[in-house]
Amino acid sequence: MLQLTPQLIIFFSVAALAIASALGMLFSRNTVYAALLLVLNFTTVALIYFMIGAPFIGLAQITIYAGAIMVLFLFVIMLLGTEVIAKHGPVGFQHIAAAFIGLVVIAEAIFVFLIKGQSALSIIPGGNVVDVMEIGDLLYNQYLLPFEITSFILLVAVIGAILLTKQERVKSRIGKDEAKK
Amino acid sequence: MNTIPMSYFLVLSAIMFSLGAIGVITRRNPLVIFMSLELMFNAANLTFVAFSNAFGNANGQIFVFFVMVVAAAEVAVGLALIVAIFRARGSIDIDLMSSMKN
Repeated sequence: MLQLTPQLIIFFSVAALAIASALGMLFSRNTVYAALLLVLNFTTVALIYFMIGAPFIGLAQITIYAGAIMVLFLFVIMLLGTEVIAKHGPVGFQHIAAAFIGLVVIAEAIFVFLIKGQSALSIIPGGNVVDVMEIGDLLYNQYLLPFEITSFILLVAVIGAILLTKQERVKSRIGKDEAKK
Repeated sequence: MNTIPMSYFLVLSAIMFSLGAIGVITRRNPLVIFMSLELMFNAANLTFVAFSNAFGNANGQIFVFFVMVVAAAEVAVGLALIVAIFRARGSIDIDLMSSMKN
């Protein structure tokens, strides 16, 4: 029933790599390894994006997620010196609940997959390519207002991050003002 | 026809999303929790792009772009919060952040 075409072989190998790196991220006891495995996961998902005709999103994934965000993560991990995670205590209620929820969702997905099998919709690898021009056209015409709002969100995030990490100076200034009184 | 059924992408996305959810619930290091959160964003993005390809409509990819922007902003603020908490308490264990309980 399932004909193993080259496209399917590529998809299965990339998907296996994505799931394996996600599992490795989940169970790694070293935060740096977890971050690097997540970079691998983002890169494999970017490969899938390239495969299904989203080159802009794939490149944005690599530059924004695998590049910028994960470098920020690694920077904070090494700044705080929390590389090695301490062995956690006994298996609590949270772990049982999490295992239950996760297994239910995964089992449900596989069950639906086995029951329904081939869905009516299908992906054409390399087809329906949305090029950068089309994305830019949509962003600057139909989605102009949301696009402007994202710039505002980023501005607010930058100001918030600076304010949160500059606490000491503010605190010492408040202390000085109180000392004057 | 060299096509891949849509359900394969959805199952991959569901598995990645539930792995991220498990990570958010079980781990106690906020950095790992944030990474699991990114994994969940990633799974949702994969679904968006897959449907965008299946329907031949570019709007899904625009939404992925916006999700990425919001995720970047969220990570910047979240990591700044983690740094601030670490400075104030010297530890970032989630279970120890219960000072508002009493």
